[in-house]
Amino acid sequence: MEHDIVIIGGGPAGLAAAISAKEAGAGDILILEREKELGGILNQCIHNGFGLHTFKEELTGPEYAARYISRVRELGIPCLLSTTVVDLQRDRDGLTVTSVSRQDGLLQTRAKAVILAMGCRERPRGALNIPGTRPAGIFSAGTAQRLVNLEGYMPGRRVVILGSGDIGLIMARRMTLEGAKVLCVAELQPYSGGLKRNIVQCLNDYDIPLKLSHTVVDIRGRERVTDVTIAEVGPDLRPIPGTEEDYECDTLLLSVGLLPENELSRAVGVELAPVTGGPIVNESLETNIPGVFACGNVLHVHDLVDYVSQEAAGAGRNAAGYALGGRASGGAGIPIVPAGAVRYTVPCTVDPARMDDELVVRFRVGRNMRKAAVTLKAGGRELISRKRPVMAPGEMEQLTIERVWLTGSEESLTLEAREEE
Amino acid sequence: MPIVELTCISCPLGCPLKVETDDEGRVLSVTGNTCKRGEAYGRKEVTAPTRTVTSTVRLLGGSAPVVSVRTREDIPKGKIFDVMAEIRAAAVTAPVHIGDVVISNIAGTGVDLIATADREGI
Repeated sequence: MEHDIVIIGGGPAGLAAAISAKEAGAGDILILEREKELGGILNQCIHNGFGLHTFKEELTGPEYAARYISRVRELGIPCLLSTTVVDLQRDRDGLTVTSVSRQDGLLQTRAKAVILAMGCRERPRGALNIPGTRPAGIFSAGTAQRLVNLEGYMPGRRVVILGSGDIGLIMARRMTLEGAKVLCVAELQPYSGGLKRNIVQCLNDYDIPLKLSHTVVDIRGRERVTDVTIAEVGPDLRPIPGTEEDYECDTLLLSVGLLPENELSRAVGVELAPVTGGPIVNESLETNIPGVFACGNVLHVHDLVDYVSQEAAGAGRNAAGYALGGRASGGAGIPIVPAGAVRYTVPCTVDPARMDDELVVRFRVGRNMRKAAVTLKAGGRELISRKRPVMAPGEMEQLTIERVWLTGSEESLTLEAREEE
Repeated sequence: MPIVELTCISCPLGCPLKVETDDEGRVLSVTGNTCKRGEAYGRKEVTAPTRTVTSTVRLLGGSAPVVSVRTREDIPKGKIFDVMAEIRAAAVTAPVHIGDVVISNIAGTGVDLIATADREGI
């Protein structure tokens, strides 16, 4: 039997996509989730601050997830839990999703449309080229978060954190509250990639030093980490000799970036964007493979779950339109070209004939900016310009474009961010 | 006069604030802010800072070793470690559901500690 839509991943993106696809009329939807419960990464994000945009209140991760999970249940959308998707293939008649689980063994599922909602994973130590030995006690910040918050296990007592991404900052506070001593957070860049709010409430509140332009240059220990060496780096990001400082510790947490998890996308031939590591998508959030849509952190890494939910709802609606036969698929639209400080945009192309009345374009800039402006142009013609008092690489931006601006035009669009003169 | 330096977190601008107080801790001036929210934040942070505490409590007879919790409202910042001491000593028996009171009036703050996840019994 063939499903209208199979959704790979039951985290915030998969849940929101399922709900909107069902509400848009898709009758037969199936969610495949590799963990034993729905909710994805939100289950271990027990801190508050989720849902300010969506629900106008500050929820914790599990509370935010629970609202979507109960809606999925109300709508009667079936889910297969503890089920890992291992392959995705396209043929002339549709898509085949291959999964494995203890209860069903190897399972092949047919679908008219598939929504990729696999999320992202953390950049590991192996990607960093830190010299030193390989003792126990080195964890990615997210692994430590899972151990403490879901498994009730403290990974260490004296902690150094490398990288000031939000998960690292959140874990600095969490480990401190549970009785550990967090010695410092070292950040290679001259600015933090985390939200200001987290620097204030997770580091400053507990007098944890943030050492900008610093990195780990050595890790020592036989069985377990005994100490790490931190050095200052110059503008070329290379360690400056003579600035080394030793920290006696039993744990090193790494919070050094997130990578969209696109093995399945590659298997089916989805084209990926080099900047985001996620699929290249059109205004419908559809990839180059007809009927394959993408949303959430597998598409590009977000900092706010509210935007994941909004984006995924769009993917769900469009996938429903495709599966029910009303929405055209594929075809090249007008490219949106990043310019100035804009590093990338999602979507990458827009087809005015197919887009809704309004389309949210999400993007990031590559450096900290003040008194900046974001400008969308068609050829040389300015369509809209919006002031931004401040922009930062760590904060995703968005601009809404209207269909009426694009009608009759085939010139490529340029999205530019620059400081005002 | 004592001056406290803060980073405003009311919006992504992150204005550097200077809050001047008299010897009794009353706020005399807030400078460095670019909006009214910044002034209010500076005043509150210096006179009566509050935080929501989130953590986990040991779970007995459940499908998982712990259940996540939070204070229903903000508590005074100075009480964070008193609240944590009660949380770390506590245990709760499954089933537990979102919003269930796990510890009432935690650390004498007048605020309840509530569960933020559902955990069924086994």
